[in-house]
Amino acid sequence: MREIGRHLLWPLAALAILLAFNALRDPAFFHLRLVEGRLTGAMIDILNQGAPVLLLALGMTLVIGTGGIDLSVGAVMAVAGAVAADLLHSGASTATALAAAVGAGLAAGLWNGSLIALVGLSPIVATLILMVAGRGIAQLVSNGEIIDIAPDAAILAIGRGTVLGLPFPVLIALGAAAALAGVARLTSLGLFIECVGGNEQASRYAGLAVRSIRLAAYALMGVLAAIAGLIDAADIAAADANNCGLYLELDSILAVVIGGAALTGGRFSIAGSLLGAIIIQTISTSILRADFGGRSVPVELNLIIKATFVLALCLVQSSEWRRWRPLRRSAAA
Amino acid sequence: MRANLTRHWPLLATGVVLLALYIGAAIAFPGFRTWFQFTRLFSDNATLGLAAVGMTFVILSGGIDLSVGAVIACASMMLALLAGELAWPLWLAAPAVLAAGAAFGAGMGGLIHIFRLPPFLVTLAGMFLARGTALLLSPHKRIELGSHDSVRSLSLLHVADFTLAALIFLAAVTLSALALRWMRWGRTVYAIGSDESAARLMGLAVAPTRIGVYALSGLCAAAGGIVHVIGTQAGDASIAFLLELDAIAAVVIGGTVLAGGRGSVLGTLLGVLILAIITTIPGYVSDLDSWWTRLIIGALLLLFVSLQRVSQHWREE
Repeated sequence: MREIGRHLLWPLAALAILLAFNALRDPAFFHLRLVEGRLTGAMIDILNQGAPVLLLALGMTLVIGTGGIDLSVGAVMAVAGAVAADLLHSGASTATALAAAVGAGLAAGLWNGSLIALVGLSPIVATLILMVAGRGIAQLVSNGEIIDIAPDAAILAIGRGTVLGLPFPVLIALGAAAALAGVARLTSLGLFIECVGGNEQASRYAGLAVRSIRLAAYALMGVLAAIAGLIDAADIAAADANNCGLYLELDSILAVVIGGAALTGGRFSIAGSLLGAIIIQTISTSILRADFGGRSVPVELNLIIKATFVLALCLVQSSEWRRWRPLRRSAAA
Repeated sequence: MRANLTRHWPLLATGVVLLALYIGAAIAFPGFRTWFQFTRLFSDNATLGLAAVGMTFVILSGGIDLSVGAVIACASMMLALLAGELAWPLWLAAPAVLAAGAAFGAGMGGLIHIFRLPPFLVTLAGMFLARGTALLLSPHKRIELGSHDSVRSLSLLHVADFTLAALIFLAAVTLSALALRWMRWGRTVYAIGSDESAARLMGLAVAPTRIGVYALSGLCAAAGGIVHVIGTQAGDASIAFLLELDAIAAVVIGGTVLAGGRGSVLGTLLGVLILAIITTIPGYVSDLDSWWTRLIIGALLLLFVSLQRVSQHWREE
């Protein structure tokens, strides 16, 4: 537990600096207002816009915990969005559309999981295949067009609705985080995942169902990606096979890394990934809101800042850096 | 003989698929049979090909480079900025861009080697950095070269219908194949990819080799960007988007094992040509949508990694 606490220290400090920077520049940053029964404010915006990344980061945490990686999540989001929009377009009920989209995500996750756990492909390769082909599938479903969702469709509530003033995406994401943290830490599932990621052979000898655990992690990832895709589609009231979830596989991996999980597997923290996802969205939102002397900051700076930030965090977390530091000090002295 | 066969059969499989695709396309579309179309497979895919050559080295060493597409875009913007807006002569601007690409790659290689950070993470960050820089170089995200005569005359240069871009690609393939086969550095790349600690114990220069591999990948990607500028007379920050996936696919389809240590540049050449044919075919069929190419490339990728898996199984037995 103390180990995890230590890992949360750097990301917490980073988030605090980001928020302080925002608060200094914009005193209204922390203000929350109730407008038409809906909480608004920069903090809510961050959580609301960050909900898809947050969901992806949760699934990615488990996948990375088993020593794997899933590069196909953005493509799976696009497929789920396209499936739901296409079904609604042809007159299916909201429940059918939702179930089919989540089912598509589950199928994608099982496909990835089978290639990795049963066929024995490396996770990067296996999920690369779906990353390449996934958007092709989404375009196949949507016939290469952006499918609009009718403005009065019930499904839009997933992206725009509120409960007790809180946006629905925030509730879904936080609910999923709480559920996952509960399942991972109150049952032995979290431990099993860390075992598989830490030492696969030892886990097998200890009698763990290594293949099923792997399969389950990717299946869950697929479902979470599908939900993220539904939120995205409901948010813009359309399924865009080309742009839905673009770059989000990167964001979600970065969120998990920032959260202090070992990329080699065997150690993960749901709370850390949650923090990581919030940090990534805070960077994006800060840049969108920032202006210096009337000149807005180019959005492209977002990419550079994110990259620098992640590299710096990885560097200070690497053991080689820690070994280097005393060396440099003694050299200076 | 048996050992030779198991070693080379992934390459043979790639060759068979390429031949089947080319013959199939030539039967279906008369336009495919021309020499001009054959050379265009090289000319139109020189940028991808150059990136895939660099990627081959990285994958052989057991790593991966996700930044190549972004580096291509960034290099194209840099060249257009230097040669176009700042009016540098091309003999100065092009080497500067190449050096920048190599330095960028070497920096990533240094982080990967010295701090033992995972290659895909460092190059992912590199992808963000390079794409962000490319977009920031011009508010219009695109720089037209205007009337730059030396670049225009280069774009018209050709030998037996092979454009300069295709010739640069083929030269890169040849040089890389020679380096991998005959140079100490090339052999060390294989050694690191097969077993890094064994390579270290043998006294091989692991650090310069690994950093050099990423520098070479950056250099190749920058060359890809330059080739693109020569072809289109403009730098564009949004080109080569996710091209790294196609480059990796070409390398894997070419029989190079993603875990490292086994493969060849010749295979990569065949892999690039396979992708080239697949992406050219929709141009001949009016009702075939281009997203089918994504599905087919994905399916081919699956086929070839499964083949790798099977051959690995054989070897273990």
